[in-house]
Amino acid sequence: MSETVRKKGIVGYVLLAPAFVWLLLFFLIPFYSLLATSLFNANGSDFRGYTMVYQWSNFSGVIRDYWPQMARSLVYGAIATFQCLILGYVLAYAIAFKAGRWKNLMLVLVIAPFFTSFLIRTLSWKLILADDGVVVNSLHFVHILGPNGHLLYTPFAVVMGLTYNFLPFMVLPLFASIDKIDYRLIEASNDLYANPVVGFFKVTWPLSLPGVVSGTLLTFIPAVGDYINDQLLGSTQTRMIGNTIQALFTEANDYPAAGALSVILMVMIVAMVLFYVKRAGTEDLL
Amino acid sequence: MRWLRSRIVLLLGILVLVYTFVPIFIVVMMSFNKLPSEQSKIYKFYSFTWDNWLHPCAAEGMCHGLVLSIKIGLLATLGATILGTLAAFALVRHDFAGRSATNVLIFLPMAAPEIVMGSSLLALFVAAGFAGQLGFWTILIAHIMFCLSFVVVTVRSRLAGMSDTLEQAAMDLYATPQQTFWKVTFPLVFPGILGAALLSFSLSFDDFIITNLNAGTTTTFPMYVWGVARKTVPMQINVIGTMMLLVSVLIVVGSELRSRARQKALAG
Repeated sequence: MSETVRKKGIVGYVLLAPAFVWLLLFFLIPFYSLLATSLFNANGSDFRGYTMVYQWSNFSGVIRDYWPQMARSLVYGAIATFQCLILGYVLAYAIAFKAGRWKNLMLVLVIAPFFTSFLIRTLSWKLILADDGVVVNSLHFVHILGPNGHLLYTPFAVVMGLTYNFLPFMVLPLFASIDKIDYRLIEASNDLYANPVVGFFKVTWPLSLPGVVSGTLLTFIPAVGDYINDQLLGSTQTRMIGNTIQALFTEANDYPAAGALSVILMVMIVAMVLFYVKRAGTEDLL
Repeated sequence: MRWLRSRIVLLLGILVLVYTFVPIFIVVMMSFNKLPSEQSKIYKFYSFTWDNWLHPCAAEGMCHGLVLSIKIGLLATLGATILGTLAAFALVRHDFAGRSATNVLIFLPMAAPEIVMGSSLLALFVAAGFAGQLGFWTILIAHIMFCLSFVVVTVRSRLAGMSDTLEQAAMDLYATPQQTFWKVTFPLVFPGILGAALLSFSLSFDDFIITNLNAGTTTTFPMYVWGVARKTVPMQINVIGTMMLLVSVLIVVGSELRSRARQKALAG
């Protein structure tokens, strides 16, 4: 950080105003609108209009009707985030400390696949996990999967898709954080007879915690709300909260229920973020 | 054995990298796939053809969605880059009441789940009586909204990491504030702005969740892919996927070569 002297006066407000107004109009006010929608009388319709009646029962209603989808989203999101953490850590560590002159190339390679459309990549997994595909056939061959076992349209496929699609959100913050670690500290721990495992947990891991925290949040939040992976790779048995909200909005036109579910998702995520950040003790997420 | 032990982490890292490329091989391979009939619903490789590359627009409606996505992507990039760059300058170079609250406001859109952002915007449009007019403009508004924060963060970090000694030197040499800005400050920040613009374009181009909620009957490229994913997938979408990859790799490699050439010129 350089020691820039900040100018006082009106110019700052003028520069900020357009972005501020945009976010106010199309980000903050919509949240209020969503909150209002969640308390409408559910007997209205988007054609006749809804009436604002503070119908709190919308909330208990959606919790009763959709708690399996909510629980499933959190579980799938958590497993996918954990898998991303393991894969992402290995990759970020390898790039930061082991890649040498290939560092930049490897970083580019991490991001490159994700420039191909999200949806098209997810469709590809459909082919990879298909019943007559290489993966399923090999698993049949080694008897890990029973003769009638499938991968596609199962929870496994959904979690697999989430892990794949959100991996870069984990790798990049982890890399930023691991790359900052002074490698001499790790060498010092070796000199002091720490074996690599102890050295890792006593030195590397604690120093990389800021990256772990922001990577975990950046992966978990979109993964829980995502419905693309579930829709393309899952079945009606694997539906998540995102699918439910989207179907209530665009197919059932039940705006109050959809609004209530969105509010619940948001509240759950904000609560978890606050808890997690407090536990991990990292305030500087950005 | 020792050779392996010293390289095990690197090898594992490369293995993860290979895993991230598996679907990309599939996309490239499928771009040469010939469907036996219009109703081939099973997503697999049938036989080889160049047709998809020679006639990408043969898939009905695809190119229309593609053009629309490019149009929205360019406009959203322009809007978000201008608003975001101005805001980044305000946050780094100027002092005003509510700076830390503004930083939180900028962070929120990146942290909120897309489905919540999309549905709240839809709730607003419906409440404001625009339910019948969802389409190009509502998509554009939404895209500028979610690209904005990423632009601010990218440009802000470039600005914050930049020392202002060069600007002070320019001022000492009697440059006017305007000259200093356009001859010194702007060229130094420009790579950050360019990066932010590229990021905006790819975010906008690839967005499905927010777009789907606020698009009405308008169909962007991701919405087209979503629509056909339930029926027969035309293999031309894989041509577009491959081209997107090629273009972005070219941009990244190009900028890397340029910065290397510049470093060499400076060193020599």
